[in-house]
Amino acid sequence: MSGNTTNILIVGVGGQGTLLASRVLAQAAVDLGHDVKVSEVHGMAQRGGSVVSQVRYGPKVFSPIIKKGDADVIMAFEKLEAARYLPYLKEGGIMVVNTDKIDPLPVMSGETHYPDKLEVKIAELVPKTVVLDATAIAERCGNAKTANIVLVGLVGRALGMPRESLLEAVRGLVPARAIEVNLRALQHGWDHLDQVPVKISD
Amino acid sequence: MKRLMIGNQAIARGAYEAGVTVAAAYPGTPSTEIVDNFSRFEGVYAEWSPNEKVALEVGFGASMGGARTLVAMKHVGVNVAADPLFTMSYTGVNGGLVLVSADDPGMHSSQNEQDNRGYGRFAKLLVIEPADSQEALDFTRRAFDLSEEYDSPVMLRVTTRLCHSQGLVEEGERATVPLKEYRKNEAKYVMLPGFARLRHVEVEKRMARLREYVETSPLNRIEWGDRSIGIITSGVSYQYVREVMPDVSVLKLGTVNPLPEKLIREFAGQVERLYVIEELEPVIEEQLKSWGLQVTGKSILPRVGEYSPELLEEKLLGTVPRVAYHMVEAIPPRPPLLCPGCPHRGVFYVLNRKKLIVTGDIGCYTLGALKPLGAMDSTLCMGASLGTALGLEKARGPEAARKTVAVIGDSTFVHSGITPLIDIVYNQGNTTVLILDNGTTAMTGHQDHPATGRTIMRTETVQLDLEALVKAVGVERVRVVDPLDIKQLEQVLDEELAFPGPSVILARRPCALIDKSSRARLTVDEEKCKSCKLCIKLGCTGVYWVEGEKKARINPDLCQGCGLCIQVCKFDAVMEEGAR
Repeated sequence: MSGNTTNILIVGVGGQGTLLASRVLAQAAVDLGHDVKVSEVHGMAQRGGSVVSQVRYGPKVFSPIIKKGDADVIMAFEKLEAARYLPYLKEGGIMVVNTDKIDPLPVMSGETHYPDKLEVKIAELVPKTVVLDATAIAERCGNAKTANIVLVGLVGRALGMPRESLLEAVRGLVPARAIEVNLRALQHGWDHLDQVPVKISD
Repeated sequence: MKRLMIGNQAIARGAYEAGVTVAAAYPGTPSTEIVDNFSRFEGVYAEWSPNEKVALEVGFGASMGGARTLVAMKHVGVNVAADPLFTMSYTGVNGGLVLVSADDPGMHSSQNEQDNRGYGRFAKLLVIEPADSQEALDFTRRAFDLSEEYDSPVMLRVTTRLCHSQGLVEEGERATVPLKEYRKNEAKYVMLPGFARLRHVEVEKRMARLREYVETSPLNRIEWGDRSIGIITSGVSYQYVREVMPDVSVLKLGTVNPLPEKLIREFAGQVERLYVIEELEPVIEEQLKSWGLQVTGKSILPRVGEYSPELLEEKLLGTVPRVAYHMVEAIPPRPPLLCPGCPHRGVFYVLNRKKLIVTGDIGCYTLGALKPLGAMDSTLCMGASLGTALGLEKARGPEAARKTVAVIGDSTFVHSGITPLIDIVYNQGNTTVLILDNGTTAMTGHQDHPATGRTIMRTETVQLDLEALVKAVGVERVRVVDPLDIKQLEQVLDEELAFPGPSVILARRPCALIDKSSRARLTVDEEKCKSCKLCIKLGCTGVYWVEGEKKARINPDLCQGCGLCIQVCKFDAVMEEGAR
């Protein structure tokens, strides 16, 4: 943590639900009595571009954005984005990589190729790497689009947030008809950490 | 209890608490959520205006009529509204009026990064700048009192990073502000030269009073620390300063026009070295220098782009971030692109194939400029596509018009495409105009506009009939096509380009993100796929290339079943599932 501030960088591709993930984590942090700042991306980048949301919490938070080398956790919804934002991770920080692969335009058009085995390369560099197929887990919960909440469950627990705070935040932020599936997704993400026990305090 | 709010939500809340009853805006990143949020309060009127000029004129009328009024727009929107703004500075207000200018340093979603604090000096307005969500609420609320006290519109200047960052906000009660009496006052509101000359004198008196006010305004504050370094800053830059230099002395300005000269001199006199930290233009720095103060700013900090804590560390402290991990391998960039199923894709595919000159406009479809579609020659500002096409024709002759098409969205056309269309008819141009009618303002998050038939208040209204409008201004040839029907689109385009005289083609299909109709599930027959990559050249994430197998494949999670790839495949390899 940077002084007393915890920094979470949430990266992905526009349309993957990074905004909701940042809002759930931020709300849970508020309920725990922290000062919180969140930086979001709206507008053009949301159209399939590289997007980043940033959540910072602690006794007093000034900047809404995180410096390079200062993120306690990077929560990557897509592998290439995990690699792109790697320099933001603090030494000893946690890198959570969802194995989704979405080709960017220069790859689709054949100008360049999508780097191979990115999750393996990241895991070799970062000791606290968690690689998971959150989309597959979300599908098992009933909706592939809840992959973001699977990741929230995992990261929230790794950061030592109480499960009840996360559940409450989800209840308050998703539409009524989607609450049940999202709570399932959160629980699955939470449980997934048993398989890969990394903790921010380790 | 404190709540998390993005800056824009806090501005809306501040306006509500100030007793505002009328709000007007045209959507534009990063300002859109302000009036969108405001419209959800009980007992208020809000509107999406056709453009920012109209929004401010509605605001002027509401203010003259005695109501507290909020008008919001992105930085370039203020250019559109500049005409009423400069003269409204002369007329002043009746009910308080606050104009929110949402600037976009770093151009997250804009065509330029102009610094609208400049408008404050130019139009002679009080400009105030909050630094977080709580201040966004508090300053907005206060701005309405100041507007009435100083008989002037007040500009609340914010930036993307404030608009779209959440912070904790303590809400207050809504003030009861009765509608002010309306009294005819032509000397104040009719800006004939004779009256305007007198009002200009009033404007100068007001600026003198404002210069007094800002000296003791609670919106400015000094935070004393180590006096060897003094920093003058405002807005979100203040947060970056506090983050990286917690011990220095800071003069945090909430009023950025006019500047509190005495306060600044007092601060400058008590610190050893003085810095101004402001994104974009040296608006504060240059004024300080004109007063003879020794100050460092743009000589070490950039005029370009957005600031960050990292940047201040590097430029002021000379430290570089401690990067623990990085990939050696090059990471391909990921530019934004048209969504899968986007009706614009059909249009740009055809325009690219025909190698036409395409004058473009502002919206999602500006992404049609990027590879692999790459079918756009210019993008300037809202509504510019039509005038640009006419100008090209007048420079290069009617033959050029046969190879040129102006492309504009439905919302942008209503915003400022109608007057240039009248110009084309009036001055006998031969322009072919493609209106990409997806039934919404898509780029900013699907706001309604006059041609959708719904308002921001979620009520039904008269739907602007684009065909009738286009015919009424004198365009005789008006065609409606489905942008996802490539053959039809090509044929109609050929006919209209060949036609001597103006024509309008309405390429009509709802935005893929709001189209609720059922979608076909597509598949690629790998036997038939001849690896020609024509489908890949559509630049759609719904279909991708498997390098090892040299085959195209559909991504069922992303594909919207629009069928464009079926149409471009020469080997009938793409089909609906079950059609095999």
